[in-house]
Formats: sequence, C-alpha cells, structure tokens
Amino acid sequence: MSFVPGQPVTAVVERVEIQKLRQGENLILGFSIGGGIDQDPGQNPFSEDKSDKGIYVTRISPKGPADLAGLKIGDKIMQVNGWDMTMVTHDQARKKLTKKREDVVRLLVTRKSLEEAVKQSKGCYHKP
Amino acid sequence: MDNESTYSGYSYKSSHSRSSRKHRERRDRHRSKNRDGSIRGEKSVVIQAPGESLLDADSPREDDRDDNWGETTTVVTGTSVDSISNEDLTQLSKDSEDSSALECRRYISPALGAILGFVSLITPLAFLALPQLLWRDSLDPCGTPCEGLYISLAFKLLILLISTWALFLRPPRATLPRFFVFRCLLLALVFLFVASYWLFYGVRVLEPRETDYRGIVGYAASLVDALLFIQYLALVLLEVRHLQPAFSLKVVRSTDGVSRFYNVGHLSIQRAAVWVLDQYYSDFPVYNPALLNLPKSILTKKMSAFKVYNLGEDNSTNNSTGQSRAMIAAAARRRDNSHNEYYYEEAEVERKVRKRKARLVVAVEEAFTHIKRHQQEDAVISSPKHPREVMDPREAAQAIFAPMARAMQKYLRATRQQTYHSMESIISHLQFCITHNMTPKAFLERYLVPGPTLQYLDSNRGRQWTLVSEEPVTASLRQGHVFSLKRLDLSLIVTATPLPFLHIAEEFIDPKSHKFVMKLQSETSV
Repeated sequence: MSFVPGQPVTAVVERVEIQKLRQGENLILGFSIGGGIDQDPGQNPFSEDKSDKGIYVTRISPKGPADLAGLKIGDKIMQVNGWDMTMVTHDQARKKLTKKREDVVRLLVTRKSLEEAVKQSKGCYHKP
Repeated sequence: MDNESTYSGYSYKSSHSRSSRKHRERRDRHRSKNRDGSIRGEKSVVIQAPGESLLDADSPREDDRDDNWGETTTVVTGTSVDSISNEDLTQLSKDSEDSSALECRRYISPALGAILGFVSLITPLAFLALPQLLWRDSLDPCGTPCEGLYISLAFKLLILLISTWALFLRPPRATLPRFFVFRCLLLALVFLFVASYWLFYGVRVLEPRETDYRGIVGYAASLVDALLFIQYLALVLLEVRHLQPAFSLKVVRSTDGVSRFYNVGHLSIQRAAVWVLDQYYSDFPVYNPALLNLPKSILTKKMSAFKVYNLGEDNSTNNSTGQSRAMIAAAARRRDNSHNEYYYEEAEVERKVRKRKARLVVAVEEAFTHIKRHQQEDAVISSPKHPREVMDPREAAQAIFAPMARAMQKYLRATRQQTYHSMESIISHLQFCITHNMTPKAFLERYLVPGPTLQYLDSNRGRQWTLVSEEPVTASLRQGHVFSLKRLDLSLIVTATPLPFLHIAEEFIDPKSHKFVMKLQSETSV
C-alpha cells in the first residue's frame, strides 16, 4: 500500500456494505476512524507507510453494524459510497460517513492481508 | 644542575648591557658541565625496579656525547642551538667533533649574538659621533632639523631597547638539537645589514670627509628605522607565525596509553617537540610504573602452560619456527580463562581501594576537627586552668597527622603511590592546607587523583629527552609526520594531522519565522 503523491494508487479492495443502525436520533455505524490530510500521519498505528494520510478504522464496537458487516480494525477506507477517502480531511470523511439521508454505506476497504491473499493465489496459479 | 639551556633566548639582538650578557655566559659555562646523554648511552641502561623509578630517573651523563654526533637520520641529543647556529655560519656540516670544540662553540654563538646586538646599537651613535670627532671644523652647521632628528633617534633607540628586552631577553628553557632556522636567518640578515651600512658609511662619508652633517644624521636615523623593521620581522617570524593553529598533534605515552590532542601552528619539529613537552608536564598524569596492565599471577600462569622440548635436531631454524607456530596454535585452541581471573582480580583491587579510600576520608575529616584557628579575642576568654596551647602550622600539622597516618599509608599502598609521597611531604602539605584554611577534601585532592607530572618534579633538575624522527628536525610539520620523544623509561609518540579546512556557510533565520502547530490525531466514531 505504498503511496506516491501524484501517481494513481493501486490496491486490492474489499467491498463492505454496512447498514446503519438507528439509535434514538442518530444513525450509527459502530466504528471509529482516524487519519486525514490535516492530521499527523506518524501517529497512525495501523498504517504501514507512516506518511500515509488516508482514513483508517481505529476501533470497532463489537456486535455493531460494522462488525457484522465484516469491517476489520486497521482497514484503510478508500471509498465511501463512491466518494474518495484517500485525500480528504478528517472532518470531510466523517461527514461522508454520517449523512442522515443514507441508510447504507458501501465502503471499499483495503488491508494487507488482502494483497497477500491475492499474491498467494496468483502464485499458486503460476506454479507448474 | 640545570640541563635546560637556551630555547630562543639568545637571539641576535639580545642584551644591550654587557653585565647581563657576562652573567649569562658565566651561567652557560656552568651549565655546559652537565651534558646531555646520547642515544647509545640510553639503550644500555637496564630498566629499574618499579619502586625506585621516580620521575627523575634521568641522571646527567657526561660521556659518549660525541659518539652520535654525525647521525643524520635520527637526531642527536642536546647540544645547544646556539653552538650549532655558529656551526651553520661557518660550515654547514661537520661530522665529528671533539668535546673541547663543543664547549667552545656553546659560547661563541651567544657571544656572537651579543656582539651583533651591541654593534648594531652603537652604530648609529658612532655614525653621529665620528664626524664630530674627526672633522668637526669643516662640518656644515646644522640647526633645528638636526635636533629634531636627534630626538627621534633617541626615542627610537629607546623603543628598540625596550622591545629587545621584552622579546629576546627571556631565560631560555630548552636545548634544541639542531639550529633554529629563523633565528640564524635573522642573525645573518642583521649582520649583512649592519655591515653594508658600515661599508657605505666608510666609503662615502669617512673617506671624502663629507660635510653635510644633516645627511649623516638622516642616514643614522634610517639605520635605526631599518633595525626596528628587522625587529618587527623577528617578532613575526619567531613569535606570531606559529600562533594560528594549523595542526593537531596526538601525543600518546607508550607505557600506559594516556593520550592527548593539542593544536599547534606552523612549527618545526623541534619547536613542536618543546611545546609538546611543556604541555606534557602539566597535562599528563604522572607515570606510575607500579600500575602494570595485568597482574603477574595471570601472566605467569599463561606463560607456563606449555613446555616444548627440543630433542637436539641440527636443523634448528626451521624447527623453531614450526614449534613456535604449533605452540601458538595449541595455546589458542586451549580454553583461555585468564580473562576471567583478570576481571575478578580487578574488581577485587577496586573494592580494596574504595574501602581504604573511605577509611582515609573519614580519618582525615575527624583529624581536621581537632584543630581550629586561634582568634586573637579568644586569648582573654580561655580559662587559666586549661590553657590552650597555641601552635604554629607546622606543629598543628604534626599534631593531627598521627591519627590519619595509618589510613593514609594503607591507601597509598593500595594505589601504589607510596613512593611519591614521603611522610615529610605529607606533613608539609598538611601544614600548607591548614595555613590556607582548606577543607579536608581539598587536602585529599592531591592523593586521590594522580596529578600532573609537574607536581612531582623537583625544579632544580633538568629534564633530558631524545627526539627521534625520520625527517630532519628543522623541517616544518606536515601531515602524517610522526616523531617520538624518548626518555629512559617512557616515550611519547606524536602524530601530526592538519586541521580540516572549514567551509562556513551562512543561513539567515528571520526571527518572525518561528511558528508552531499542534500535531493532530483525532479519532471520531461514526
């Protein structure tokens, strides 16, 4: 998941669809995010590259909607409902996730294990 | 007996007063009786037992000084720089010399410098006086301009006198093996200069009996000016040129590895050697031969591990190398535990020293509480029944020495310093400390830390060192020069490296540009 500014980013992503849960007045998703272009990337415990200013999942409430949908802690969110999440501020990311009119958010997330799984499968395929 | 004669005290323009010159020559003669030793003489000396070898183990030697006279690669020891400067003026190389000529040569050069100085002082006055004496009647009368020149001449001569006294009439501190190039140059320059002035004067003034007295006075004034300029040149060459640091000298003592770094300017090797020795006496801790590297018990045990029997072969050379190699290989394979013993022994020694040091400190503190300074007002108050005895410092020192003597002796034995401090010296140091109101800690500072070598010297003996170098010792220092200064029991290895050339760039920081932001790391739950 190395990131060169200005170059297109290639990643293996997983599509996660989360149904928002209504709790009183709010629609919650059940996870916390960290990161953003206005934040300090060096303090991100989940990123491999410490200059990566993307949005990461920092906490997942157990049995919440995100947990049930298969989101894992440490995932980097690449897109939310089609909106790009790799070059946004923290507040913009929060806003895209908590739109009151939407019940469902479809995320494209990436994590290290995905890449490895793909590599493994590719490797197995190429072995004679 | 002072072994250290001239370093640079005898210059070309030295004293103007005959009496001080005579006094110095008398001292020279006195000094020449004590000649420095030779390299060969030193090599034949057996290393003395550790207990006896104090710092001044070098006794003055009076033999063999001419054996190594002709060596050109390594430098012969101590004849004075003055005697060789004379040699330089007469012939450049002399291979063998007998001792009587050496002694004479010692005086010739300071005498030469003195004569030259005296002559150059007298010359302007002679220039002025001779026409007056010889053909006074036919001289043109010379009024105010001449008197102005007289005044300026007088003051310039006074300044010359004072600056010569300040710069060149210093007691010499070292005897260098070869002549001092700059000084000889300047002597030659002064000689040529004065000679040419006299020549001109003789041909143009004395012969035709020149009547223009003002011209003659002007000529004498120009001579004094030129002498002042030569003195300026001497100042720059001898004193100022080597002030800007250019080389870093690393000085390592061969016996125990104590090393220091010094910065010096552009010096010749022999001058650098003198400078290094000056610093050595005040910077290096005293060399204690009793503090060996490995205790004997470990060393001997290592050595006696193998016994090799030579069963009488004829072809001994091959076998001996084969044997030694086999021995070394076997010794390497065998498991070596001596480092273990060394470690424990060292820890043990350290513990012992620390224990004794603690006892010593306590004893000294207690001893110091037994006396206090007697104030004059107390004399009235003290009761007649118990009159307190008023002591002078010496008695007070002796009185309080007794309780701490044993602890002091044990500590000195543990640190192997007992040869450096006799009971007498301890008592006099105690007396000194009491007189100056020092605390016990100040008194102990001398014994807890091995002081610089200078502290243990007696000042009336000269120090004899041999300068060993592959380059000629009058050569300037250059990168990678290595020379060493040997004494009987130790030697100092000196390596010269040039100081790096510095590129200093400038960066301007606007004081308003110091701004800070908080590092954000927020986590929002959605």
